[in-house]
Amino acid sequence: MCDQCGCTATPEVVRITNHQGPFSARPVDVRSIQVLTGILSANDRMAEHNRAHLGRRGILAVNIMSSPGSGKTSLLEQTIDAVAGRLRIAVIEGDLETENDAERIRAKGVPAVQITTGQTCHLDAAMVHDALHALDLDAIDVLLIENVGNLVCPASFDLGQHANVALLSVTEGDDKPAKYPTLFRAADLVMLTKIDLLDVLDDFSPIKAEAHVRALANPAEILRTSARRPETLAPWVAWLDQRLAECRAAV
Amino acid sequence: MHELAVCQSLLLEVGRAAAANGSREVTRVVVAVGALSGVEGSLLGRAFEVARCGTVAEHAALEIEAVPVRVRCKICAIETETPVNALLCGGCGTWQVEIASGEELMLKRVELVVDAP
Repeated sequence: MCDQCGCTATPEVVRITNHQGPFSARPVDVRSIQVLTGILSANDRMAEHNRAHLGRRGILAVNIMSSPGSGKTSLLEQTIDAVAGRLRIAVIEGDLETENDAERIRAKGVPAVQITTGQTCHLDAAMVHDALHALDLDAIDVLLIENVGNLVCPASFDLGQHANVALLSVTEGDDKPAKYPTLFRAADLVMLTKIDLLDVLDDFSPIKAEAHVRALANPAEILRTSARRPETLAPWVAWLDQRLAECRAAV
Repeated sequence: MHELAVCQSLLLEVGRAAAANGSREVTRVVVAVGALSGVEGSLLGRAFEVARCGTVAEHAALEIEAVPVRVRCKICAIETETPVNALLCGGCGTWQVEIASGEELMLKRVELVVDAP
């Protein structure tokens, strides 16, 4: 190392070239600074902003996460029917491409904003913030955010929601919570979906699925639902009512 | 693969720390990555090599401190290290535990070049 500027020139090169180094005119120090800041703190600040924005109006925001195809959009459609005339729902849809899911929701007469993330595998707080500006917040009781279908990346990004819901369909393995611990640990509610298929898919054990969630030190309630059997959604709707009441009480 | 997005956030915080200390060159970045943070250290390292280009940390080394999961039992009060998907007390086996460490995703320290006084 050169003793002029700390560059990698060998002593031989320094001698031959009469090297003085790019920094030789500028004496410098190297300092070690303690920072201790969350790496995602910019996202976290935006998420807090979203939460405060929604909280002031008493709007409940729920972040729904699962793997692709476990029934998030079907759950939303049935939820809209179940609370029709009683709660005003709005939906933010996250997908890599297409408006398909938002169109399914709009067909129910409910406002929906589609976020197409391109190559990004998760929603973040800034995307949700932009989507909020496309919604009339005075006309919403509950905001349901359907995250990108993915059990890994969405778990790391706070959106400003009040609660996380993780879906696990019985067509997946009952050990999904053990395979994707970060996401299932973050869930405030776990919904086992397509429960009507249990009769033909007897290798999925709801009891084992629950044991895997508990092994993540997560006390979340675990509901068994099927979008094809609307009566199974009553506990989910009751959960939404309870959380909405808490949100309104905090205004 | 959300490590690139995580890296861009990291570089934002590194840039802030450099600016706050009047530096335009960062030589080392030290982060703590918990096993439950949802971020894979090796992928973060590879993403950093791409994301650092054109920033104050263009030539910086990234040092990743892997933080294992430790849980504190609410019943027997002992603290034990656990795998990421079995957050159970090493003493009594209950899941009634608090996470003592392993969820960190933190910029701990930067080493930077400043003008000598």
